[in-house]
Amino acid sequence: MSTKPTLSNPKGSITGAEAIVRSLASEGADLIYGYPGGAIMPVYDELYKFQDHINHILVRHEQGAAHAAQGFARVSGKVGVCVATSGPGATNLVTGIADAMIDSTPLVCITGQVPSHLLGSDAFQETDIIGISTPVTKWSYQITRVEEIPVIIAKAFYIARSGRPGPVLIDITKDAQFASADFSYQPCTRIRSYKPVPPTAETDLVQAAELINQAKNPMIVWGQGVILGEAEEEFRAFVEKSGVPAAWTILGVSAIETAHPLNVGMVGMHGNYGPNLLTNECDVLIAIGMRFDDRVTGDLSTYAKQAKIIHFEIDPAEVNKNVEVDVAVMGDVKHTLAAIMPHIETKTYPEWLGQFKELDAIEFDKVIDAEINPTKSGLTMGEVIKTINANSKGDAVIVTDVGQHQMIACRYAEFAQSKSNITSGGLGTMGFALPAALGAKMGAPEREVVAVIGDGGFQMNIQELGTIFQTQAAVKIVILNNDFLGMVRQWQQLFFDKRYASTEMVNPDFIRIAEGYFIDAKRVTEREEMTAAVAEMMKSDKPYLLEVCVEKENNVFPMIPSGASVSDIRLE
Amino acid sequence: MSEIEDIFRFVIVAKLTEEQVIKIVKQIEKQIEVIKAFYHTDEETIFQESALYKVKSNSLFEQRQIQNVIKKSHANIVTVNPEFFVIEKTGFRKETEQLYNDLAPYGLLQFVRSGRISVTKSPMQITHILKEFSK
Ligand SMILES: Cc1ncc(C[n+]2csc(CCOP(=O)(O)OP(=O)(O)O)c2C)c(N)n1
Ligand SMILES: [Mg+2]
Repeated sequence: MSTKPTLSNPKGSITGAEAIVRSLASEGADLIYGYPGGAIMPVYDELYKFQDHINHILVRHEQGAAHAAQGFARVSGKVGVCVATSGPGATNLVTGIADAMIDSTPLVCITGQVPSHLLGSDAFQETDIIGISTPVTKWSYQITRVEEIPVIIAKAFYIARSGRPGPVLIDITKDAQFASADFSYQPCTRIRSYKPVPPTAETDLVQAAELINQAKNPMIVWGQGVILGEAEEEFRAFVEKSGVPAAWTILGVSAIETAHPLNVGMVGMHGNYGPNLLTNECDVLIAIGMRFDDRVTGDLSTYAKQAKIIHFEIDPAEVNKNVEVDVAVMGDVKHTLAAIMPHIETKTYPEWLGQFKELDAIEFDKVIDAEINPTKSGLTMGEVIKTINANSKGDAVIVTDVGQHQMIACRYAEFAQSKSNITSGGLGTMGFALPAALGAKMGAPEREVVAVIGDGGFQMNIQELGTIFQTQAAVKIVILNNDFLGMVRQWQQLFFDKRYASTEMVNPDFIRIAEGYFIDAKRVTEREEMTAAVAEMMKSDKPYLLEVCVEKENNVFPMIPSGASVSDIRLE
Repeated sequence: MSEIEDIFRFVIVAKLTEEQVIKIVKQIEKQIEVIKAFYHTDEETIFQESALYKVKSNSLFEQRQIQNVIKKSHANIVTVNPEFFVIEKTGFRKETEQLYNDLAPYGLLQFVRSGRISVTKSPMQITHILKEFSK
């Protein structure tokens, strides 16, 4: 619910720039991220006039604007909005747009463009951002005429949020921002050539239910689709009635709570031992709102070959893309999971579930125990996450960057509610977490937001400390500092004979950097101080940076080596 | 262009396995502006390519055989002027290639060939699909 005053309709014609701002306000976009520059200045002038209606957050780099909008979108389920100028402003957004594309995050990105009469002339700060962004957007469009503005922005929001969500880029020439036209805003509800949700065939539902009911050892793998479809309740009902053990992809976690008795953990490269091994033992694999990414499946030729596979999916292009399935249930999981319920028998699989527990016990002894209850000197990443859990009771939003700390955080963080894990999954974008955490905190101000970041990734968008300082968004930043690009170092150790090429970093004094931004900060190196420091950080109602110096050369296990089979998962 | 106003038909030739083509068709259809993507085998379509051949005019008069080549190939002469003449040939790839090979000895000044255009043998229910989309 927006707390901003409602806008009355303008009298007579208004400028394109005002039309852009009014269109955003009409979509309820009252919090946006951006950075000004020549080609977008008319819009900034209107943002100044409409600041009671739209809160514009000045980031310190356009990549930060895109990631902040992503964090906002992921935590709130709304469309994230970012604004940038032409040329370098627009190109700086591209990494965030690509990240949003591969992780299905709804974004509307507005870029300024040189005046239309200069298009193609290599004008100052001209880039073909439509050409650059086409492969990484769900839709992109260049506006050169003022009349198009409300129609196209309405279309942009509709496309970004409907069906399988994704980023949309609207490039608007400066002359279209200056020109005037009458304005009336009509939300878009339909596009002739675009069917966001494919129809569900009743026969597929029946067939899927038959396979599920007859299964002896079925297994669910769910992904972000459950969260994007806001189908958490339907999903829970389906899992509990069918009694099927359910594993998650890294983007799916938190759709049901970590502690749920049928939640058997994470699949994929650094996922849990049980669900990975048993992927190749189950007789029916029920994939829900996930896309069989290679980090999940490993070698496709040895992936779940013994199983009948059912795929609940909204995007027809994902069906049979990587894995050939037996039944595809097309549609929105919120609908299809509800629709299959009457066909599903109430069941339990105590013995089969027991197999997950046995493998879990092996993993605990070989990996987990030492990671979260270490007895050796030297802090582990896992014990830090465990301490965060103890303080948050699983209610925090955990935002992670990319690397070892990401895998450890996603493996060990406990979640009690949905939309709580925000990470760069498909693109693996270092530098994601700091701005995304800012966006998440602003999108869910009542929630605790903890960013878990590596010393490498922190320095990739470190400038957003400035935005955090200026907004005073109470983000808790935990740097798990191993003085290495740890994940790459791990691969060098395991697969390149320990040749640590360009992975060791001489790091700055992160505490003094935080102090430079007037952000409370603390460094801990010992176990005894760590627990208290995490508690102190969590108690603070201001932004806070905690640097934890962890063991330099620890590895993340289990691990499925790149390109290997899920059955080849290694515990050490 | 197509038989329906404001709807454009694109023909893309893909030399792939059926499995790969299906994936490409789905990705094309996923594009917001695309109404529908179909795939067909050669046997299911009528298809042609067009080629233009520009030849020096004196060869037309000095080397009589070239007139036979043109007649035999069922090509059309599009334009003739004192410097050059242009021949147009529409047909299968092997036919336009044959004419290329036949004309090459006389000196081709320029040669250009279009991509494939094709229509399906069975009806393509675009109008029907459009109606479905408009629902
Ligand atoms: C933008 C970008 N560049 C490079 C990489 C490759 N990469 C993946 S993980 C990683 C190391 C991350 O180091 P750090 O942030 O310190 O995290 P750690 O693994 O040490 O926890 C690198 C370089 C990437 N994912 N993203
Ligand atoms: Mg590191």
